[in-house]
Amino acid sequence: MDFDWNVIWKNREVLAGGMLLSLKLFAIALAGGIFFGTLLAMARLSSWKVLSYPAAGFVNLIRSIPFIMAIFWFYFLTPVLVGKLTGQQGEAVGPFTSAIVAFIMVESAYYSEIIRAGIQSIPRGQPWAAYALGMNYWQAMGTVVLPQAFRNMIPIMLTQAIILFQDTSLVYVVGLKDFLGAASKAGQLSGRIVELYIFVAFVFFIICFGASWAVKKLQAKYAIVR
Amino acid sequence: MDWKVFLEQAPSGGMTYLGWLASGTLWTLLVSIFAWIIAFSLGSVLGVMRTTPLKVPYAIATAYVEVFRNVPLLVQMFLWYFVMPELVPERLGTYLKQDLPNLVELPFAQFSMWEFTAAVLCLGLYTASRVAEQVRAGILSLPRGQTNAGLAMGFTLAQVYRFVLVPMAFRIIIPPMTSEFLTIFKNSSTALTIGVIELTAQSRQISEYTFKTFEAFTAATLIYIVITLSVIFFMRWLEKRVSVPGYISQAAGH
Repeated sequence: MDFDWNVIWKNREVLAGGMLLSLKLFAIALAGGIFFGTLLAMARLSSWKVLSYPAAGFVNLIRSIPFIMAIFWFYFLTPVLVGKLTGQQGEAVGPFTSAIVAFIMVESAYYSEIIRAGIQSIPRGQPWAAYALGMNYWQAMGTVVLPQAFRNMIPIMLTQAIILFQDTSLVYVVGLKDFLGAASKAGQLSGRIVELYIFVAFVFFIICFGASWAVKKLQAKYAIVR
Repeated sequence: MDWKVFLEQAPSGGMTYLGWLASGTLWTLLVSIFAWIIAFSLGSVLGVMRTTPLKVPYAIATAYVEVFRNVPLLVQMFLWYFVMPELVPERLGTYLKQDLPNLVELPFAQFSMWEFTAAVLCLGLYTASRVAEQVRAGILSLPRGQTNAGLAMGFTLAQVYRFVLVPMAFRIIIPPMTSEFLTIFKNSSTALTIGVIELTAQSRQISEYTFKTFEAFTAATLIYIVITLSVIFFMRWLEKRVSVPGYISQAAGH
């Protein structure tokens, strides 16, 4: 077949807009996922069963269903919950908000497993020593355990971030115009779906390959320091 | 909540909505199992290639893993389904899209064989890159002495792999392989984007027809959980069954 690569230049604004949405979703999901993932991991490791059981249940539930199923769940639940909370009909909640809620929820479950392993990699003696010095739980966690845990976890958290960036393409299923969604739309309008999908794959590959190469370099550097 | 909705007659397929769920589950399993056959066999070969001292196989396997791991699965799905038939000679492309024979004769398939084939191919080749990394990690985790001992006994490199490294490595990697299979099983839902009506798609379809979204999604979620747990239990049993006494005693512990 004959290729017409001009179609990519012609659709540069649509594609850039899509990439912007992908990056926005990525950044919010990453920040939210790490924040709530940390809380979830702390809850799971808590000696209070009222905290650890629901946290474990949530994480295992999310991890045993497909990402797309989770997106559909939150796409359906977010407007209902928002409606219940504000007392209004959930009409105001758009697909982007629902997608963000879904991504934060799913990523917090994934990140909590990484962070839990990181926290558990710190010897028990350290929090005990912190308590013995008179620190409370938040001081011991915030100044002794978590800083070391995060340092150990940096490579694997970055790897998960790359996977998260790839997973943002899944919002396609709720019709959002992320990078893939925008390319898909442009491809249908111009009848040049082949060129656009190849371009999308190429861009994702360059970004993700570059990022994983950088993570590998970083990992090597850390390995020497430790 | 109205759980009786599943006993109602569905608008197509001549079955109840429960039948739709069963059909979705069946397609999820079919896609996962066929894709797993590709992923496991190709991934094992690639994983071994990644550990050999031979430069060319190593480079090929490494390039494969990097390419397939750094492009989102959904994009790969579209590449196989939409792009590949356009790049091959036109007659082959038309054959793929329209005349692929039904290898799996099942009632109530609302999609063509090409959708199923593309999904299986995509998931299988994608997961092969992940399996390859697990196999490689398993082989590299074995003490160097095992290779050296094998070579000292007069084994060729191929024999060392065949009789020493691979049998040990495959026992070690049973737990990560379990999670890879569960990943393929969950990732099979991306096939819905190219029209394979598997479990997730079927639950959405039920919700669209009946407006019982909560019930439909809950049912699908429960099915996913039940299958996940069954796989985990089966693999634990398998791990015990094939364990070498004195080695990897974690699961075999008495």
